[in-house]
Amino acid sequence: MANDRIIGKPVPRKEGREKVTGQAQYVDDMVLPNMLHGATVRSQVPRGKIKKITFGPGIAWDEFVIVSAKDIPGANCIALIVEDQPCLASEFVNHPEEPILLLAHPDRHVLPKAVAAVSIEYEALPAIFTIDESEQRSEIIWGSDNTFKTYLVEKGNVDLVWEQAAFIVDGEYCTGAQEQLYIENNGMIAAFDPAHGITVWGSLQCPYYVHKALMKLCDLSEAKVRVVQMETGGAFGGKEEYPSMIAGHAALLAMKSGRPVKIIYDRMEDMVATTKRHPSRTRHRTALDKDGKILGGEIDFTIDGGAYATLSSVVLSRGTIHAGGAYYWPSIRIRAKAVATNAPPHGAFRGFGAPQSLFALERHMDRIAQTIGVSPVEIRRRNFLKTGQTTTTDQAVHEPIDLDTLLDRALELSGYAAKRERFVAQNETSTQKKGMGIATFLHGAGFTGSGERYLSSLVAVEGCAEGTVRVLVSSTEFGQGTKTVLSQIVAETLGLRYEDVAVAQPDTVEVPNSGPTVASRTVMVVGKIVQSAAQGIKQTLQAACLLGDSYSPEEFRTACRNYVSTHGAFRSLARYEAPAGVFWDDAKYRGEAYAAFAWAVYIAEVSVDLTTYGVTVDEFVALQEVGKVLHPILAEGQITGGVAQAIGMTLYEKVIWQNGRMQNAQLTNYIMPTSADLPRIRVFFEELGNVHGAFGAKGIGELPMDGPAPAIVNAVVDALGIPFDSIPLLAEDVFEALTAQASPPGEPQLAGGRR
Amino acid sequence: MRSDPSDYQLVAPGSLHDAVSLLAAEPGAWLPIAGGTDVMVQYAAGKLTARKLLSIWNLPELRKIDILPDEIRIGAGCTYTDLREHEFVRRDLPLLASAAQWTGGIANQNRGTIGGNIVNASPAADSLPALLVYDAELVLISARGERRLPYFGFHTGYKKTQLLPDELIRSVCLPRRFSTYVSYARKVGARNAQAISKVCIAALGLLSSGAADTPRIEDVRIALGSVAPIPFRLIETEKTIQGKMIDRGLLTLAKQIAGREIRPIDDIRSTARYRAAVAGNLIVEFLARLRATGEQAGEPGAIV
Amino acid sequence: MTQSPGKKNDGKCELSLEINGERKMVRVYPMERLLDVLRHEFNLTGTKEGCGEGECGSCSVLMDGALVNSCLVPVLQAEGAAILTIEGLAAHEPSCRMQQTFLECGGAQCGICTPGMILAAVHLLDKHAQPTLEDIREGLSGNLCRCTGYMQIFEAVMEAARRGPSA
Repeated sequence: MANDRIIGKPVPRKEGREKVTGQAQYVDDMVLPNMLHGATVRSQVPRGKIKKITFGPGIAWDEFVIVSAKDIPGANCIALIVEDQPCLASEFVNHPEEPILLLAHPDRHVLPKAVAAVSIEYEALPAIFTIDESEQRSEIIWGSDNTFKTYLVEKGNVDLVWEQAAFIVDGEYCTGAQEQLYIENNGMIAAFDPAHGITVWGSLQCPYYVHKALMKLCDLSEAKVRVVQMETGGAFGGKEEYPSMIAGHAALLAMKSGRPVKIIYDRMEDMVATTKRHPSRTRHRTALDKDGKILGGEIDFTIDGGAYATLSSVVLSRGTIHAGGAYYWPSIRIRAKAVATNAPPHGAFRGFGAPQSLFALERHMDRIAQTIGVSPVEIRRRNFLKTGQTTTTDQAVHEPIDLDTLLDRALELSGYAAKRERFVAQNETSTQKKGMGIATFLHGAGFTGSGERYLSSLVAVEGCAEGTVRVLVSSTEFGQGTKTVLSQIVAETLGLRYEDVAVAQPDTVEVPNSGPTVASRTVMVVGKIVQSAAQGIKQTLQAACLLGDSYSPEEFRTACRNYVSTHGAFRSLARYEAPAGVFWDDAKYRGEAYAAFAWAVYIAEVSVDLTTYGVTVDEFVALQEVGKVLHPILAEGQITGGVAQAIGMTLYEKVIWQNGRMQNAQLTNYIMPTSADLPRIRVFFEELGNVHGAFGAKGIGELPMDGPAPAIVNAVVDALGIPFDSIPLLAEDVFEALTAQASPPGEPQLAGGRR
Repeated sequence: MRSDPSDYQLVAPGSLHDAVSLLAAEPGAWLPIAGGTDVMVQYAAGKLTARKLLSIWNLPELRKIDILPDEIRIGAGCTYTDLREHEFVRRDLPLLASAAQWTGGIANQNRGTIGGNIVNASPAADSLPALLVYDAELVLISARGERRLPYFGFHTGYKKTQLLPDELIRSVCLPRRFSTYVSYARKVGARNAQAISKVCIAALGLLSSGAADTPRIEDVRIALGSVAPIPFRLIETEKTIQGKMIDRGLLTLAKQIAGREIRPIDDIRSTARYRAAVAGNLIVEFLARLRATGEQAGEPGAIV
Repeated sequence: MTQSPGKKNDGKCELSLEINGERKMVRVYPMERLLDVLRHEFNLTGTKEGCGEGECGSCSVLMDGALVNSCLVPVLQAEGAAILTIEGLAAHEPSCRMQQTFLECGGAQCGICTPGMILAAVHLLDKHAQPTLEDIREGLSGNLCRCTGYMQIFEAVMEAARRGPSA
């Protein structure tokens, strides 16, 4: 690539100095004069009708601001896709911890007692908690049939493949809920005055989602709602839709009291009440020819959406489209549905449906391999998508991706063959069983199908008085490097110094709507629009004869200063343009689902300790083709962080449910990996470019979440020779499976004894 | 943070004498708090029932380690870091040093105390099995004076101890006679650091130097955490295997007896079946290593 | 006994604390968490609350040179101790090195664990000037990071050690 002055270089993180000195301002670091603290009174039953609310003795209730559904000026809903989720429950509750009342007081310490003193009587209604119960429909808790959404993807003619099949392989795979576990809990501050309306400051990913929700909730016009993103301490999707709820709560208290209100969740509240990754169940039935080539298959993909629709339809969509993975399916039928249960609604979490369906697929590929008697490597080689072939949604692969060679490279990097040989030998006698596992997959970046067109993202780049340039986007920084990479893009595009570019704090009063910061779209999609807008700045200066065709950064600064002193600060706007030749049929669920796919091969090396039944990942190789690496440190950080989170999802993080409520809502009992738990995560990139992404980049934020779970479980299966089809996979699960499999109770071993 | 600080009193007497005087004046009214790694978690969760707290953090009389010819006397206010870093604890009481290293992360090791661990009386506590196998004794102090009792028996039930309402633990006394023993300690948790144990073991073994044949178990001590309502010494198992040779049959027997002695439960962290199985595996691992060290010419005191 | 009830007998006491080398007086309830006193009385918001249970390490500070979780320290117990927070590290040379390497190596992504992580890393280097990777893993095991997967944090600490005076 010609432009590699700043692109591809490890420039310092834009807001890094503030972060390492403790100066960065997160929402809880902010205090407003006259501010109240808010708290939420929540349902203690999974489903029921609210009969009576009593404010108990011992609390000076007159000191509190109290808000109920009756105080909502606009519509009592959190506007997102379907408007079924109330901001505050009024008559019915549909999940434990559903918000019912809001309290505010100047002294945050008195709130927990006050919350505890509100007693609510319910008439309990039958509640359901699993996908199975929801499907049975003995109790209808949502709509007419407990189903938020369904999709059907069909390609070829799957009903004909069974007769020709040499092999038919079935499998069922399950994934559990996972808590995003951003280290900064959800928080929001709201202030209201009748002249300006509502302003909220908070920890969030999508200022305009919050903006839209507040307009509807508070019955305020666009200009009367302002949303400002504070430094955000991790998000991972957990702050995609939930902030609209907490912002709504803070706003209602602010409107009623006339004072600013801060609501900060503690860890327990954040874990019990906010969104988690959708649990899933995938059933595969696959027909293969005698050589193990896929003839076709049926996939039944179901996710548990919790009590309200929120984003389940979109999670379902991505999971559905990724369900066939990186293979060629001549025929396929994918039936997908999102169903309701009486749990707090599940929501966005990095990967967004793809980790679920890809776990199933990659485990299934190994099952197929074992059934027909070929290696996990070979089964994949025989079925990889090739350039010119089409995906399950009939999207042709145009780029020269060669998954065979990518797999070769990963096998070499991981020492796969030699290690497996060694492990097979040493497993005979060792109490540490070792195995290797592979996952090969893809991840589509940007909104699915016509989503980007629908978003119609708008960005602005501004020329400033000092001669510097400012990027105005609603895309937020929450650690992934938004500010840094967008600055790199502009600096490279305009030939400026990196230091001459800044990214404005996302504030809806100032920045246009560049869409939500989700779907791995910020660098690839928004970055490309930012590039266009930046060029507009240059064109303006050149048209004013202040700048030649080529210039130095100093000359640019001078030109910009001159222009601004004459005309004032000026902006160049650019809007998303749908790439030509990218068509998606929403009705048939077919066509170009994503502008670009990134491709990956992940290989896990594991040990299973037969004394403790614990699984340890000893080493992990993550190789991915990502278009172009715009910042080597940030890109690597995204992969290692995503792999770590996925290792957590696979081996450590289990949500323990009881009647729809998370029981282990503390960090003592919800286990995420520490620095002492993770292996060396070795990251490698390949770059094929991407005509649809800024400087050839593809989105990579979510990709690393897709591969580790199946790679690790495949490795465990390799080590132990028994199947595991469900995550999280804890030591207790390994123990139960080994016990069930052993016919006589295992004899105790002296050192060197056989298994 | 679910408690209101204004509801609580916390006093910090400058001396042990003043602390026990206060406890004597109002027995049962004051909850001693040392490093706070248990009490403050309950407090933040809104679950601390005590309203009056007595800080015994960093009292010099409690935070020292005395080395006597036959005994190491560890002040109850010593932190895990104090234990980890003390040359004599590392050398003479390796099971305790290991446990200290496995308790929480560095920050919690800098504040958590051995006395607090004992009084908090969690059956999952990492250090307590070590105290059991070392035949520790406790010195308890009150305004009435001191008394010394065996640590074995100190726990009378789940989270109940023999500590009287006006007493504090002054020191933990450990004999220095196990340096020739083989030590074995292992903690099994949900992750490698900062984990409450699912099962943990501390064990000591001594093989007799037999004549021509395989050495026999001369002395064996095994204690487990998280398999009973209290930290648990496996007396029955020890009695059964005492004096025997370590062969495959003994390993099976040990597992069997241990399985009958322990009473693990299902809880939020793990299952009874898993705990029972892993406990058995740990005992077998210990005995196998004990036998292996016997087969190597004289390696006493090795921590395996 | 160390307790100085205030003029109004509201249960608060006057405490003298040494924060980042400065002596400060504060009138607080003895059971206020040191974390809250730092953040609300002294406006030192660099120390963060992530869990309130002593599990995540975001609230780590140095108390008499020892790393502690300030969410588990009642402020009364901090009296007489020298407290060092992330704000106080700027003057402390090894910490500047650590802050610099965190920046260069990608040790900070969202930044919320970073103050505690840097303090834990500085504490580690105080004890082991040339730590092994195992030392680093152990030394930081009480500080949870959800963004980085720890790899680049390890690099930052190794690099800071390499640049140190005893390297």
